[in-house]
Amino acid sequence: MHELSICQALLDQVEGIARNHGATRVERILLKVGPLSGVEPVLIQHAYTLAAAGTIAETAELVIETAEVRVHCTVCGVESPAAPNRLLCAACGSFQTRLVSGDELLLAQLEMTIPDRTEPAS
Amino acid sequence: MCDTCGCNITPGNAHLVRADGKLGRTEDGRAAVTVLTGLLAENDHQAAHNREHFDHHGVLALNLMSSPGAGKTSLLEATIDALGSQLRIAVIEGDLETENDAVRIRAKGVPAIQIATGSACHLDAHMVHDALHHLDLSGIDILFIENVGNLVCPASFDLGQHRNVTLLSVPEGDDKPAKYPVMFRAADLVLCTKADLLSVLPEFVPDRAEHYLRDLATAAPFAVVSTRGAGQLEPWLHWLQDELTAQRARLEQGRTLRPAIAPDGSRLHAAAGTATESVSGHGHTHHHHDHVRDHAHHGHAHQHGHDGLDQDSGHLGSPGA
Repeated sequence: MHELSICQALLDQVEGIARNHGATRVERILLKVGPLSGVEPVLIQHAYTLAAAGTIAETAELVIETAEVRVHCTVCGVESPAAPNRLLCAACGSFQTRLVSGDELLLAQLEMTIPDRTEPAS
Repeated sequence: MCDTCGCNITPGNAHLVRADGKLGRTEDGRAAVTVLTGLLAENDHQAAHNREHFDHHGVLALNLMSSPGAGKTSLLEATIDALGSQLRIAVIEGDLETENDAVRIRAKGVPAIQIATGSACHLDAHMVHDALHHLDLSGIDILFIENVGNLVCPASFDLGQHRNVTLLSVPEGDDKPAKYPVMFRAADLVLCTKADLLSVLPEFVPDRAEHYLRDLATAAPFAVVSTRGAGQLEPWLHWLQDELTAQRARLEQGRTLRPAIAPDGSRLHAAAGTATESVSGHGHTHHHHDHVRDHAHHGHAHQHGHDGLDQDSGHLGSPGA
């Protein structure tokens, strides 16, 4: 539901980075999104088309890499996969776990076209 | 959040960092930049600013989240009735439309700012910041931010609050924590509201609701309350007073705290520092937990121990960390 806000925030960052690198076009955007981030990758894809219109990233390919939910048990020390609504240790069943991955909401990487600089030799 | 020093590179994303440095080349010659910035970095930055503002004024800021109609405004009305003579309270109300909730709060003699979000399904740190321009924080003890009624989106946006309180009302059903794990995992306190309806809705079993909550690996206290009937809010009122006392003690030592589940950026930052245990940030002191449980539970016990998650929440990070 809030994916459009997320996309706008994403594009603000992308435009800033592209500007800093003197890019003429953003070709590919890689996001890392975990199930516990509260953001739905499919909805991001839909919202992105709207949000990116007219920006330097209008034609960019948006790639969303999902992250697996994994927990580390503070009781038995085992790291195991978990379901988003059941973050218990798969080995001993303890609920005293720490999330290792699964709540990411990251702009991981950008690929851009950056023209070669033709700076005069000094 | 910082994207320069490499502190945001974790085992989970290290493979994304190219061997040839921050600016690599793809096979077809494009420039590839590793970024690893939280998508909500701008919101988080504003939230940190809000938190500094709260701390400067010694205000405890609490974010109330729930479904629409779970009783957030009624809870605030009853809280003002109970504590209004001892504590100075202010409220920021978030709704898509109307001033109705702010009007209800003002009728209790408490300042209230209404944010009409239009179509936005959540409050964000910028909206709260704008509202703060209309609110004099000096002399305020507790600021309640009543988020838009929604069990999905509000959980993703840090507002600068110190604690998240999530309400689960009896008519909603006791499996809400299993259905909305992102929201309930973000809670520092879960209030089971409208407990006066338990007698007519026996299908809601508070133990089961708490069980689903524990499945999310959270030690957040779970308290059963009602705004009807004398004494039914005691666990909540005690929690508030304990939190206010604890936050003041932290501020005196130049510290503050963030909600249980810190947004991605601060989580990664914490991972790079010494406080690795704070990565998942279950910042509840045992004292508070026991306190709420003592008042909250109608003689039921559950088997979970919480020691492994308990820690002093004060080290979870200073504002802007």
